Amino acid sequence: MSLFSFVLNGKRVTVDCDADLRMLWVVRDLLGVHGPKYGCGLGVCQACTSHVNGKAVNLCAIRVADMKYADEVVTIEGLPATVGADLHPMQAAWLAYDVGQCGYCQPGQIMTAVALVKNAQAAKRDLTDADYDQIRNVCRCGTYTRVREAIAAGAQAMKTDG
Amino acid sequence: MPNDGNNRGSGGITRRQFVGYLIAGPTLIAACGELSTDQSSSEAVPTVQPVDLFDLTDLLTAAAAPTANLIWIEMNPDGTFGFALPRAEVGQGITTATAMVIADEMGLRVDQVKVRLADARPELIWNQNTGGSNSMHSMFTPLRIAAAIARGRLLEAAAELLGSPLSDVDLVGGLIRTVNGVTMALADLVGLAAVGQTVQIPVPEVKSPSQWSIIGKPQPRVDAQAIVTGTKQFAMDLDVPGAMPTMLCRAPTINGSAHAVRNLSTVLAYPGVTDIAIIPRTDNVPGGVAVCARTFGDCITAIRALDVQWNAGSVDDKSDEDVLAALKFAELPMLPPLLADHVEDQFTFHFRPGDPLETNAAVANVRNGKIEVWACLKTPVWIQEQLALNYGLPLTSVTVHCVEGGGSFGRHLFGDAAFEAVAVSHKLGKPVKLMWHRTDNFRQGRVHPMATSRVRITYGGGLVLAYDQRHTSVATDFTNGVGELLTSMAATLPMFNSLGYSELVFTLTANVPYNFGPATQLLREIYSYNHFNTSSVRNIYSPDVCTAREVMVDRAARAMGQDEVKFRRKFIRDQRLRAVLDVAAQQGNWGRPMAPGTAQGMAVHMEYKGRAACLVEIDCTQATVTRDVPEAYTGPRVTKVVYVVDVGLPINPMGLEAQMMGGIMDGIAQALSYSLHLEKGHFLEGSWDHAFYTRQWNVPEVKVIVMPPTSNDPGGAGEFGVAATMAAVANAYARATGVAVNSFPLNHGTLGFVPLPTIPSIPESPTNGLAKAY
Repeated sequence: MSLFSFVLNGKRVTVDCDADLRMLWVVRDLLGVHGPKYGCGLGVCQACTSHVNGKAVNLCAIRVADMKYADEVVTIEGLPATVGADLHPMQAAWLAYDVGQCGYCQPGQIMTAVALVKNAQAAKRDLTDADYDQIRNVCRCGTYTRVREAIAAGAQAMKTDG
Repeated sequence: MPNDGNNRGSGGITRRQFVGYLIAGPTLIAACGELSTDQSSSEAVPTVQPVDLFDLTDLLTAAAAPTANLIWIEMNPDGTFGFALPRAEVGQGITTATAMVIADEMGLRVDQVKVRLADARPELIWNQNTGGSNSMHSMFTPLRIAAAIARGRLLEAAAELLGSPLSDVDLVGGLIRTVNGVTMALADLVGLAAVGQTVQIPVPEVKSPSQWSIIGKPQPRVDAQAIVTGTKQFAMDLDVPGAMPTMLCRAPTINGSAHAVRNLSTVLAYPGVTDIAIIPRTDNVPGGVAVCARTFGDCITAIRALDVQWNAGSVDDKSDEDVLAALKFAELPMLPPLLADHVEDQFTFHFRPGDPLETNAAVANVRNGKIEVWACLKTPVWIQEQLALNYGLPLTSVTVHCVEGGGSFGRHLFGDAAFEAVAVSHKLGKPVKLMWHRTDNFRQGRVHPMATSRVRITYGGGLVLAYDQRHTSVATDFTNGVGELLTSMAATLPMFNSLGYSELVFTLTANVPYNFGPATQLLREIYSYNHFNTSSVRNIYSPDVCTAREVMVDRAARAMGQDEVKFRRKFIRDQRLRAVLDVAAQQGNWGRPMAPGTAQGMAVHMEYKGRAACLVEIDCTQATVTRDVPEAYTGPRVTKVVYVVDVGLPINPMGLEAQMMGGIMDGIAQALSYSLHLEKGHFLEGSWDHAFYTRQWNVPEVKVIVMPPTSNDPGGAGEFGVAATMAAVANAYARATGVAVNSFPLNHGTLGFVPLPTIPSIPESPTNGLAKAY
């Protein structure tokens, strides 16, 4: 057991655990932040997608020992604060299209969507169907069509919001 | 013609023996119950097909009827209204639909109705079962009556408070309004509307459809905000004090059990690990070696290190080909063919997962002679009763809390995780938070059984003369009965499962919606209910039965030299079905010129008091089939789906559209890519990159068309998108390629992944997450 420290949703946190423990369990079981979901633990389903230093990652595939002191982890719970609002524009788009069904995969879907849009906007291009085809997040309820529609709307709103 | 239950809609209320109550309490409590079964749907004598007169929806509704006593709506201290729904919410949207029905009848806004899931209520017996897409159908009338009683009492209390005649007050948009323009918040009536003594009151009139302002209008989900902010709570998000993360090391073959752990003390010393115990396999508990630890990550590490001696499983000698041979051997004979032309084929439907994204999970606390368990459960009364029986406790010592589920698809008809969590907590004497690993969920979880379906369509002189279908299936486990112990126990009796419940469900769902002369559809099952772990996976038999039927309808049409849609139009024996077919053909531009290697396909289906038609366009060109997505099965791509659905009365078109979209993704997967490979007693799939459920690279353009109401009664929605889609995809593929497919999913013959080991049962989590950041 060792001490590990990083920033989670804007707050410094420190945990005492095994170096190999994956971040999903650090966040969920030790720190009680439940937005990132377990769907496979294999880096496949993307239900635990969150951001580390603004980039989308699967928390189930990161050893806590690989986190640096200055690393900033943002889960779905911390997403609105990144734009200083009650809801991130992508979350608002998700509401507008009533995307969720059971809702289990949706925190991961939204975190993936935000990263995709940021990357495309940094490259000064719009997302295309080919981009949506690359999204790996599993939704067993099959909300895929509305996910695409909401990302397009969320991307528009992210542009407008600056 | 099919019985569409119009006699039990708003016009049918007088025929049913409802009873209304105002219940004594600190705030208003309005209740509705039902005194006796509505016999109206069982009077008729089966003529053409039993399903026409009494289908699975009727059975589940009749089962619910005698004990619909009582459901009630209670006023909360803040002026909102609460309702404890005796059904499971697993994403299908019944909490939203329920809130809409209550709000519309009472004159409230939807956000003033707070729907939660009821704990197991044994007095409800059969009426706490969620399945067969039956929830709204069975609850629609009692809900409205309870709401009308609550509304009536609120108006009385308001009139009294305001000193106005009752006829001068109204409840609209969530506010009391008088003819003089005075408005009053409902919160002002909290104490006043309460009654000091429980009284039975006459059943009030409910609103007529023309007075509805919420039912039938698109309504976003009531939990949408919680979903997008990550605050919606699933079983593993609950904070039950002291409940330790727990996972099981599972056998390398289906239904194997743990004999001994050879390195117990070594693994007990692993970081975070507190307990390790063998959990014996029973009829309810899958079992294995349980590991409790500080985190689930610690459980995974410990499980991977365990050295366990395993007992054999229930099907160790069986692989896909053995089961298929047994099915073919067991097939019931067809009648001798008539002296006429016919088309005939036998179809194979491989095992496929019923996995939701949330794995099996439950929290349990067994202490001091009491059991408390939290899980997503569609049959909580059965589970409560079975737990009481298994542990020799009075029913009152077993509390079963229902948690919203991260999908179900039939998986939560059984309480595998709940039974297992209780077993572990009982053994260790401490509360546990038990979760299955994804790999175990695929390999040891409940699946859609492998089946074959032989269809023969006999024709001559421009007519279809006979239709015969012989469906042969690995037994579907129906030991959950309809959610209550007595029926459940009957299903475990020797031969009952195959001769009783399965056949009943098959007979009540299978149908031939065409004038095809004498039609026979028979089911035969092989093996016992507990050889393989199966359940009523979304839409049960229908995706396979419908696909075999609709593929053969296409072949018959072509054999008779007719266009597949015109042929269907000519022989369909139901106006509503013909209507959805026409809309699908028109909106989907049936018959438009298509490029080589691409084609359209059509299929229709009738179930759950509804009608559906699905038009699919598929691209089977080489460039598409071989397109490259890493770690993915690409294959033929469905490029467009037009799905036309008539559910009688759509309560929430927005939710209904969502359910159809989900069913479409399911149907595409089941036709093209989603299955399990059985090899010597275990399934090879262990990840979502092995079991190829529809992913974004398979997603088509989707158009769902909800037909205007054709009834005053809501039919089923949650499973209704699957069958017609699967069949339409199969038909489109055959038309695009000219290949007469008779085995599903299409890709089953080629293994598209490297299987994970079976020991240890859980694979290691990757460590390259930061390297893959994007």
